[in-house]
Amino acid sequence: MAFLEESSSVPGIAAISAASPRDYIALLKPRVMSLVVFTALTGLLFASQHVNIVIGFASLLAIAVGAGASGALNMWYDADIDAVMRRTCRRPIPTGKVTGREALAFGLTLAIFAVLTLALVANLLAAGLLAFTIFFYVVIYTMWLKRSTPQNIVIGGAAGALPPIVGYAAATGQVSLAALVLFAIIFIWTPPHFWALALVRSAEYGRAGVPMLPNVKGADRTRLEILLYSLVLAVIGVAPFILGFASPVYGCLSVVLGAAFVGFAVRVYRVRDGDGANRCAMRLFGFSIVYLFLLFAELLSERLIALAIAFVR
Amino acid sequence: MNTDHDSKGVVLTPEQTKSRRQRNIAIGLAVGFLVLLFYAVTIVKVGPGLFNRPL
Repeated sequence: MAFLEESSSVPGIAAISAASPRDYIALLKPRVMSLVVFTALTGLLFASQHVNIVIGFASLLAIAVGAGASGALNMWYDADIDAVMRRTCRRPIPTGKVTGREALAFGLTLAIFAVLTLALVANLLAAGLLAFTIFFYVVIYTMWLKRSTPQNIVIGGAAGALPPIVGYAAATGQVSLAALVLFAIIFIWTPPHFWALALVRSAEYGRAGVPMLPNVKGADRTRLEILLYSLVLAVIGVAPFILGFASPVYGCLSVVLGAAFVGFAVRVYRVRDGDGANRCAMRLFGFSIVYLFLLFAELLSERLIALAIAFVR
Repeated sequence: MNTDHDSKGVVLTPEQTKSRRQRNIAIGLAVGFLVLLFYAVTIVKVGPGLFNRPL
């Protein structure tokens, strides 16, 4: 990593990085990493076969580091966009704490290390899927889709939805319908989640040159699409129960949460003017996080309880 | 052509010194953790087989 540059703007002072470990941790997008760990753990525990706790932990760590590497590479490429958006202007590259070259080297090193580690501790399928996830997020989403189409987060959402499949593959060496259902929930959840935020921040996205749906197709079309995706999500959210992967408790919870999600989306669709419209969009954005967290927390709890019962017997 | 800068070598500011020390500690801890993790993974994956191999 190039901590020492060849020249400095100040005579006699070497251009050595003043970045702290905290800045490098910020490059990994810790909040996104925590969501990835959470969903990948759910996928891992969905495996019917026993997973050694050390292997499971190492696999999750590799998946988390892979996600962090994607975040660092995203920040490297999107530094120009981050600098002009309020939400991202305090990130390490726009503030000058970390240079683009350092972020690139950091991200590439971690990505290669994470994929190789997962191949060694789990299997080649899981490692291949993790490599594909990183490639999809960095190259397909960040470098291509994000700046070229309002469907950027629809297609790019696949990268965020893959961790449960990677987790399942790490445990079993294969992909199952259960893992695909978890993928589908996150995949369909992503557009209404981000579009709710984009409705409020559309001016910022416009200034940054990111073609989000509200900027390109308009706020009304975005509200309609949010509502349609929410309806599909409410149905897919119940799928783990219908397909027999989850208990009736999950079934009831998913129906209630799905109905609430649609309710928030209807409010966004109906309230279109003034501060009220922004408030409704931000409420949907906030609730969407709670929705996904509660669904996966319930799935995770059920698997942990089942494992605990099996352990006691 | 020698200058004052060359004779003193690389001069670090207090902030650079502090952050470099913090980075070194973080890298050291990460490497130490990885050594322990890979040791544990190795024992789990090949541990029993290690003792069953013919001499």
